Amino acid sequence: MGLLSKKDAKLITDPLADNNPITIQVLGICSALAITAELKASIVMAVSVMAVLGIGNVVISLMRNIIPSKIRIIVQLVVVAALVIIVDQVLKAFAYELSKTLSVFVGLIITNCIIMGRFEAFALANKPWQSFLDGIGNAAGYGLILIIVGFFRELLGSGTLLGFKVLGDPIEKTGLYAIGYENNGFMLLSPMALIVVGIIIWIQRSRNKALIED
Amino acid sequence: MGLKSNLHNFKEKNKDKKWLPGFNALFTFLYMPNETTHNGTHIKAADDLKRTMNTVIMALVPCLIFGMFNAGYQHYLAQGLIESANGFLGASFWTLDNLVVGLWKVLPLVIVSYGVGLAVEFVFAIIKGHEVEEGYLVTGMLVPLIVPIDIPLWMLSVAVIFGVIIGKEVFGGTGMNILNPALTIRAFLFFAYPTWMSGDKVWIHGAVERDQMIAAGQNVDAISGETILGTLAQGKEVAYSVWDMFYGIIPGSVGETSTLLILVGALFLIFAKIGSWRIMLSSVVGALVMGLIFNGLVSAEVITEGSKFYGLMSTEFWHHLLIGGFAFGTVFMATDPVTASQTNKGKWVYGFLIGFLSIMIRVFNPAYPEGVMLAILLMNVFAPTIDHYVVQGNVKKRMKRLKAKTA
Repeated sequence: MGLLSKKDAKLITDPLADNNPITIQVLGICSALAITAELKASIVMAVSVMAVLGIGNVVISLMRNIIPSKIRIIVQLVVVAALVIIVDQVLKAFAYELSKTLSVFVGLIITNCIIMGRFEAFALANKPWQSFLDGIGNAAGYGLILIIVGFFRELLGSGTLLGFKVLGDPIEKTGLYAIGYENNGFMLLSPMALIVVGIIIWIQRSRNKALIED
Repeated sequence: MGLKSNLHNFKEKNKDKKWLPGFNALFTFLYMPNETTHNGTHIKAADDLKRTMNTVIMALVPCLIFGMFNAGYQHYLAQGLIESANGFLGASFWTLDNLVVGLWKVLPLVIVSYGVGLAVEFVFAIIKGHEVEEGYLVTGMLVPLIVPIDIPLWMLSVAVIFGVIIGKEVFGGTGMNILNPALTIRAFLFFAYPTWMSGDKVWIHGAVERDQMIAAGQNVDAISGETILGTLAQGKEVAYSVWDMFYGIIPGSVGETSTLLILVGALFLIFAKIGSWRIMLSSVVGALVMGLIFNGLVSAEVITEGSKFYGLMSTEFWHHLLIGGFAFGTVFMATDPVTASQTNKGKWVYGFLIGFLSIMIRVFNPAYPEGVMLAILLMNVFAPTIDHYVVQGNVKKRMKRLKAKTA
């Protein structure tokens, strides 16, 4: 990559796999369980978090030398809250139906542990460009898991992908449904999302034994 | 050289092959192997894990056979082809025709349950390189007994794969699981495919098919067979006598209807010292207490006829023991030695809460009529906590005694 130095590139690629915010750091689980019943919602959530975390990291990084450390959490909260409100308003303006599906969870990006975690752990101690890459990388790692979970939950739970009936029509009995297949209602419930995340963690750690901690 | 030593030599020859655990499983299933334990415990008891499992299966066989007859009986009765049987030995119950329908419908469930479950066990044994565990023997028998007769076989397979992997293997296999695998399988089916697990169509063979024929415009009568719990939850009159409930000549999951035969199984388990009588007894007590509380609420007129809970709350408290899967769950599921409490005191608490919660869920949530499944799964999760407090209590008591002695 000519654009990024090796070290910078690592900031983006690390959180995608070996330091994934969800499967390794186990942060941001609640939203991963709550909104992944549909792939579309997962994607929008991933993009929203990416916007908030990317911009937020830069803002915090720019202010890192002037924030008094005693009130840094409050400052961080203000920054996230402002960004989240912007994202929420944009969604309401341009994708109203989706923002209704995501309901409070857009607002709850504020409490997404990944964001505060990255502010604290990275943006407060690094330059804006690196912080930006770190934010994008972590949000991408988070989004990747969200999209994988959303893919399986929507496919197996509703038989659709992004709203398209890929497995046939359950009422007209076409496609797979003609031979007796039925949607798995359990997939639409949050506990199953937890199990899917668990399975991803399981697969990831059995492929890379270094990740297993005692 | 007999067959047995041939097999033993074969095993020695292929010692480091990957598939050996698979061979060993079949070998030890059929024969007593030649070698003995080399290290660790040297206490020998006749009842190893396999013997324990087989005892439970024997206790389940009456329920299975009855379930087959009942499947056919309910099928023909709903079509109006036979008279209703009067009592346990009714002439129209123990007929060959009934058994044929039962065999036709129940055997595939048994075969799929064992086939899929054992296949998963074999795969995991080979991946992990340990011997195949016997744990699935009982689960495989329990599963066909607790599902509706017409459940599609592929759904059962999916559920068994899920239950064995997520319910058991991820925790480390037999003996390490937190949740009862058979109930995990049933819970999965219940939440994944609710239309096949509840309602008034699934309990009698042929009812769903009839429905589809009617939908297709054919001129036939609909069959429906609501379970007693379902009827009560809707506040309707139950058409079955108490003796019918006790004998089990009612619609329900395959093998859980006959309280009489479950009782026989329970006595057998207690006599063989396999099942814990403490759990069974305390669970029954728990159910009766909850039932009495509800009866009390009704007679104190806190709950009146208009309430949606009236039907189930006004059911006489001891009827709860006879209807639904309560008896089956209490005897065969709650007593699972792995997932139940281990301490004697803990068993009392564990069992009591299962009974208590079963009836509570049953009454308050008509969407989940089979409260006993959820109650047992919930208490499975709490069993280690209960044990912890029992052990700590004992430690405290002995510390006090020690202090009193030394002071």
